[in-house]
Amino acid sequence: MLKDITLGQYFPVDTPIHRLDPRVKLVLTVVFIVALFLAKWIYSYALMLAYVVVVTGLARIRPKALFKGLKPLIIIIFVTAVLNMLYTGGEPVLVIWKLRITEQGLYAAAFMVLRIMLLVCGTFLLTYTTSPIMLTDGMEALMKPLGLIKVPVHELAMMMSIALRFIPTLIEETDKIVSAQKARGADFSSGNIVRRAKALIPILVPLFVSAFRRADELAMAMECRCYHGGKGRTRLHMLSMHSRDAAAIFAGAAILAGTVVLRSYGL
Amino acid sequence: MDDTIIRTENLHHSYAASEDELEIEVLHGIDLHVKQGSFVGILGHNGSGKSTLAKHFNAVLLPDVGKVWVSGMDTSSEENTLDIRRTVGMVFQNPDNQIVANVVEEDVAFAPENLGYPTEEIRKRVDDALKAVDMYDMRTHAPHLLSGGQKQRIAIAGVIAMRPRCIVLDEPTAMLDPYGRREVIETIRVLNKVFGITVILITHHMGEVTRADRVIVMDEGRVYMDGTPAEIFSQVEKLRSVHLDAPPTVALLYELRKEGLNVPLDALEPEDCAAVIGALIKHKA
Repeated sequence: MLKDITLGQYFPVDTPIHRLDPRVKLVLTVVFIVALFLAKWIYSYALMLAYVVVVTGLARIRPKALFKGLKPLIIIIFVTAVLNMLYTGGEPVLVIWKLRITEQGLYAAAFMVLRIMLLVCGTFLLTYTTSPIMLTDGMEALMKPLGLIKVPVHELAMMMSIALRFIPTLIEETDKIVSAQKARGADFSSGNIVRRAKALIPILVPLFVSAFRRADELAMAMECRCYHGGKGRTRLHMLSMHSRDAAAIFAGAAILAGTVVLRSYGL
Repeated sequence: MDDTIIRTENLHHSYAASEDELEIEVLHGIDLHVKQGSFVGILGHNGSGKSTLAKHFNAVLLPDVGKVWVSGMDTSSEENTLDIRRTVGMVFQNPDNQIVANVVEEDVAFAPENLGYPTEEIRKRVDDALKAVDMYDMRTHAPHLLSGGQKQRIAIAGVIAMRPRCIVLDEPTAMLDPYGRREVIETIRVLNKVFGITVILITHHMGEVTRADRVIVMDEGRVYMDGTPAEIFSQVEKLRSVHLDAPPTVALLYELRKEGLNVPLDALEPEDCAAVIGALIKHKA
């Protein structure tokens, strides 16, 4: 049952967006978020929307997949919209009892909803088009300067990639433990919330014990394969920049510049 | 001696049971020479010290008393550790706990990456290693979707990508089904015969070492028997005294012999055993 969980949500397709260097994609995502927060009026938002639409098209992602990602946020989006509508000052267009809805409020709500949706879609574009390994590699490369102030960048990246590697293994193990406990009469589906939480203990304890044992064995196997930290380590897939990456950086810079200019005109 | 890859001399090893408690010695003076290019099986029941011994072969454990040399390098001096580990690779029981990456080829690349080879060299080593274990077609798969036998072959490829002169396998088939076991044993044989890699196979399946060059039986932290498979397995009673069984072929011949039939005990392979029994039936008829 747990096997159905999709993690990382990476859709492996061969498109120009998928082939972009992960460092470039990470930087572009940050640029996009900054630009989105600089956006002030319809024209800048239109630019942001155009960016998301174009990238989605290039990456051949079905719009449905993006909307699916938005689903869990519906309540937050709705509440934000209502609060923005009610608490923005200005000329009321509609008054119901004590609630005043203003024209500015309507605009603010619409922009806020658009902003949240674009923000989520923009970051999903990154995870949909970049495999977790590439993402980790990209982060490691970008954070490398932090190593100068003693941040263990390589170790963090290694931890993250091992965690990703063991997610399916541990999910499978959890399934097994659940079945084993059910076979001994454990009941996970009845009683109040406290009882159900307590029923999880016999799953978590063996899972943790086994995770620690795995970690111990993995550490030994890694040492046997000459792992001695990030020093002097090379990679099978070296990250390398291509002309498409330059084009992407140029596009990102243009969008950021465009937003700044539009903002200065209040557009 | 030049053709010795691993040599131990009066090797003792103890584990501390827990803090403040007495140490328990599990290896009591092991003296061994392992010849380069040979296929050595190490047998022994649980707790006989065979896994502990194996971990001394690539400096995962260090001797309390005595010495271990790997192609002339003393395992107890720390500057040798990396060179020793690339000379003697180690494969463990559970394939899941040795695989580091989400993609087969990335995992096989792990060791050469650690050794700091340039990208082209890593690519070549990864491809060669995957071809040697016959998993090249699966190089872009996710390891967790493979069968146990395939995973274990990936783990072996991950070790031979270092181009070691020797690999030590600590019960590599214990968690596999019979089909996966056959796959792995076949792969190990190829590595030994075709690539000339010294193989030290620790197991408690007798059938896996009938074609070895040499079999060592461990008991209570000592070398109990040491010889060719035919020499070792024909001593059925001596094996049983340390809770080991002869391979099914020998066990059958042994029973026939008890019935008063004159059969040799050293027909270890099923084909040889069948031939012996066939000849016997013909003779009787």
